[in-house]
Amino acid sequence: MAEQIPLVDYLVLDDGGPHLIAQECKACGARFFDRRNACAGCFATEFTTVPVATEGTVRAFTIVTFAAPGIPTPFVASVVDCDDTQVRANLINVEPDPEHVRDGMKVRLATYPMGTDSAGTEAIGFGFEPAT
Amino acid sequence: MTASDEIWILGIRMTKFGKHPDLDTVDLAAEAATGALADAGVTMADIGVIAAGNLMAANAGIGQQLQKQIGQTGIPVYNVANACATGATALRTAIMAVKAGEVKYGLAVGVEKLSGAGLLGAGGRKKAEADVWAPGGRYGAVAPVDGRIGTEAMPGVFAQIGTEYGHKYGGTSFELFAKISEKNHAHSTLNPLAAYQKKFTLEQIMNDVMIAYPNTRPMCSANCDGAAAAVVCNGETLKSLSLEQRRRAVKVSASVLTTDPYEDGCQVLPNVNTLTRNAAATAYEQAGVGPGELDLVELHDCFATAELVHYDNLMLCEKGGAADFFNTGATWRDGSTPVNVSGGLQSKGHPIAATGIANIWEICHHLRGEAGDRQIENAKVGLAHVIGLGSACGVHILEKSAA
Repeated sequence: MAEQIPLVDYLVLDDGGPHLIAQECKACGARFFDRRNACAGCFATEFTTVPVATEGTVRAFTIVTFAAPGIPTPFVASVVDCDDTQVRANLINVEPDPEHVRDGMKVRLATYPMGTDSAGTEAIGFGFEPAT
Repeated sequence: MTASDEIWILGIRMTKFGKHPDLDTVDLAAEAATGALADAGVTMADIGVIAAGNLMAANAGIGQQLQKQIGQTGIPVYNVANACATGATALRTAIMAVKAGEVKYGLAVGVEKLSGAGLLGAGGRKKAEADVWAPGGRYGAVAPVDGRIGTEAMPGVFAQIGTEYGHKYGGTSFELFAKISEKNHAHSTLNPLAAYQKKFTLEQIMNDVMIAYPNTRPMCSANCDGAAAAVVCNGETLKSLSLEQRRRAVKVSASVLTTDPYEDGCQVLPNVNTLTRNAAATAYEQAGVGPGELDLVELHDCFATAELVHYDNLMLCEKGGAADFFNTGATWRDGSTPVNVSGGLQSKGHPIAATGIANIWEICHHLRGEAGDRQIENAKVGLAHVIGLGSACGVHILEKSAA
């Protein structure tokens, strides 16, 4: 099987089912997805890596029909509340219209192939899809 | 508080917003600056400090470029950049210099050439699709994330800020947001300096090109050219000036700049709420004025979805009650708290660095009783608000002179 690489380093593909991870501040519990210098909440510098729930509810969304050149539209951008951790992601496997995308809808993490590079490595993206 | 602690706007001017193909950035800044100086009754020889902003060319030193056209007197220049709060930041910088007692008069200028600029905030990372997937940046991303992990373009970011408000409190809909835009476009018909003075029906707004649901094109701020400038001094200086200058001077009862404090999720979707609420609370306390006493408000309606949340953030309504508040008609120009009688960013236009001074010009114009057809009668107190993503929020409360 060809090797895979995640779109971002906080998407984990090779440790059980695909899931997101966060850097959790050991002092105050604040969660971040990027490489950290310190905690923005309490300035502590020690973090642990924690898994983020793979199911959640849509907290905010927009259906983008006009984007920068090269970005396929329409797509649904959203913030998903995963057990009190807010996650930025596209909603996928759903019709991108206000009849199908609703505030508060239940969604779950899903992955998709983004293409294979010249070395045969396949990049894997993620989004959230309707859970029901 | 002594007179030397009081800050006054002595002169202020905005250019016509819109397309200015024959004027460059410095021309526009010069028109606003010389206009503000004339309005104040002072010259460049009196000015002790310049704070200037031009976001799209933030490294070009607009302050010094302006000096070379209107007067090189050797005074310090602070070139500032704070996204859409750049103008308010320039004004705040000039105010701090006067307040510190270092200078007698300060000049603040904001200018932008933005006609035809298109979508802002997107496509910042011009990385070509690589031959080999290679992680980069703080997220270890192998490809640009705009469009793959949410949106970085402003219409969609602020759309989510609006839908999030509905998630928390309810009462929002595409139609409600469109009605806010209908109001601002209607208001702009009375403003000769607005980039657009066209009235739209609700149907026209809702059926226009969708940019990022629920924001259609007329619900987005209008990219345009423009500049605004202000001259400030303290109350002690003002005492020495003519009755006419004292009568037209506008008191800055509060001048506040905040950034967003850490809260859950604020690095996922920008939280434009808390820093605005914090700025407003500090400003009301500084001014000794409550939101119920405001005769008019110019707030940062960069998108129709943004205006709604700021009714709440500026405490113009009960917490969670912004939709009901709007539905009562309170924010129309004949309502209890007129909001964006200039037409707002959606119709007056949004030349980024100019906006944070131009909205103060609008308030001053009413407090001076010089707003013509759109004058809010007997206006005595007004509030101007801007927010720049990143984030920075400026709130100024202004009061009519008693002289």
